[in-house]
Amino acid sequence: MIKTDYIKELARKGERADGRKFDEYRTPITVEFGVSSKSAEGSARVLIGDTEVIAGVKMELGKPYPDKPDEGSIMVNVELLPLASPKFENGPPSIDAIELARVVDRAIRESGSINFKKLCIEEGEKSWTVIIDIYPINAAGNLFDACSLAALAAVKDARLPKLEGDVVDYKNRTDEKLPVEKDALECTVYKVGNVLMIDPTEDEEQAASARLTVGVTEKGRICAMQKGGYEKLTQEEIIQMVDLAIAKTAELRKALENGKLYEI
Amino acid sequence: MSYNKRFDGRKFTETRPMKAKTGVVKNAVGSAMFQIGKTRAIAAVYGPRELHPKHLQDPSSGRLRCHYNMMAFSGSGDRVRPGPSRRSKEISYVTELALSPVLDLSAFPKTVVDVFIELVQTDAGTRCAGICAASMALADAGLKMKDLVCAVSVGLVGGTPVVDLNYEEEAYEEGAVDIPIAMTPRDGKFSLLQLDGDLSKEDFEKALALAKDACQKIYEVQKNALKERYVEDKK
Repeated sequence: MIKTDYIKELARKGERADGRKFDEYRTPITVEFGVSSKSAEGSARVLIGDTEVIAGVKMELGKPYPDKPDEGSIMVNVELLPLASPKFENGPPSIDAIELARVVDRAIRESGSINFKKLCIEEGEKSWTVIIDIYPINAAGNLFDACSLAALAAVKDARLPKLEGDVVDYKNRTDEKLPVEKDALECTVYKVGNVLMIDPTEDEEQAASARLTVGVTEKGRICAMQKGGYEKLTQEEIIQMVDLAIAKTAELRKALENGKLYEI
Repeated sequence: MSYNKRFDGRKFTETRPMKAKTGVVKNAVGSAMFQIGKTRAIAAVYGPRELHPKHLQDPSSGRLRCHYNMMAFSGSGDRVRPGPSRRSKEISYVTELALSPVLDLSAFPKTVVDVFIELVQTDAGTRCAGICAASMALADAGLKMKDLVCAVSVGLVGGTPVVDLNYEEEAYEEGAVDIPIAMTPRDGKFSLLQLDGDLSKEDFEKALALAKDACQKIYEVQKNALKERYVEDKK
């Protein structure tokens, strides 16, 4: 409560506790590929300030859904491990974990980032499901953007395993990448007091009254949204938030392009 | 028939390359990463903190609670379904038993110290890597300990005693014996011992002897990682 008042008071004065501007990400934003290259078909580790997230991709062979017989699919799962924060507890996924997973899923799915038709092997019979599991390792604010970036990075890192008939040979990976045709990333804008800011720390998240996550493709098109928080937003605020998100996802995209191989 | 050359070219008494680091989870009181070969574990310590439900509280001491988990993508094959399994519960339990003897929580009655162990990538030996990481994380948390705990799996592959089996060796078609052990290096006593396979008493003794030597090497890696953190903090 005291921290919340302090953060709001600072915001009113145009300041943040760590000295950043409202539209400034913590630096550096780091993307590393192959954090679980032995086990996962694709994997990545993302750092935004003190926030760290790991994502891994497993490819599962299955049957297409009856209503989309010529398409594969994706599944996104986020686990808020008690390892990552004293606030997280063991047990069934909390609403926070479910919302995170669904919002990350939405941007990748709705943008057409992955060409689902190319994941189909045999119409009505055989297709790939891309399972993206996301794990915050240190939860220090702004998990939405970090999870979105880690998920896309892991997908881009993935190589299809060898397929022999109906059996997946997980030990042998092909050189074939997933059909990633767009790069959808999410930026979340928070409203704290009367100001809009991105990349909040945990304390700033606590002080926020509303947030808007916006999925943006590399062409600057919008592909997903989610409003959170109990306070209403005006139309002007929404437009400002979208503008900010479109501008700022470019920085996440740059971090992805500059991604390196993971080293301990 | 006999296994006279290891798949990855190691000596029979040689562990896979190890890497260790502490302070890998900033939110935690103590944390560590331990990698042996391609098996990598992260451990984070939270507490001492109040234990709920209350009937589990011990008025004379704090309790240690360990949670072992494999990330969904970390298996050697299909995706591992998230959430606790019978296997992960048993491993959590034996991990607790492996670490408890070195830890003195008598100054923190009614509390719990939680150790969360996550496997990011696996190639056999996960419970041992988890114990190594966890014991470093407890030390990193500054808790009172009599010693570190070093763990490694030893066993027989095709009848030959070996140290630190990888997945390929564990799955050796002519038979493998897997013996995960944990040792407190200063007194050479064992706090974890499991075995699955079929072997003679003589071979068992040979395997145990190998484990002792390997644990001393692990001990050095752990100690160095703990010291490195201290040097870094001084800067």
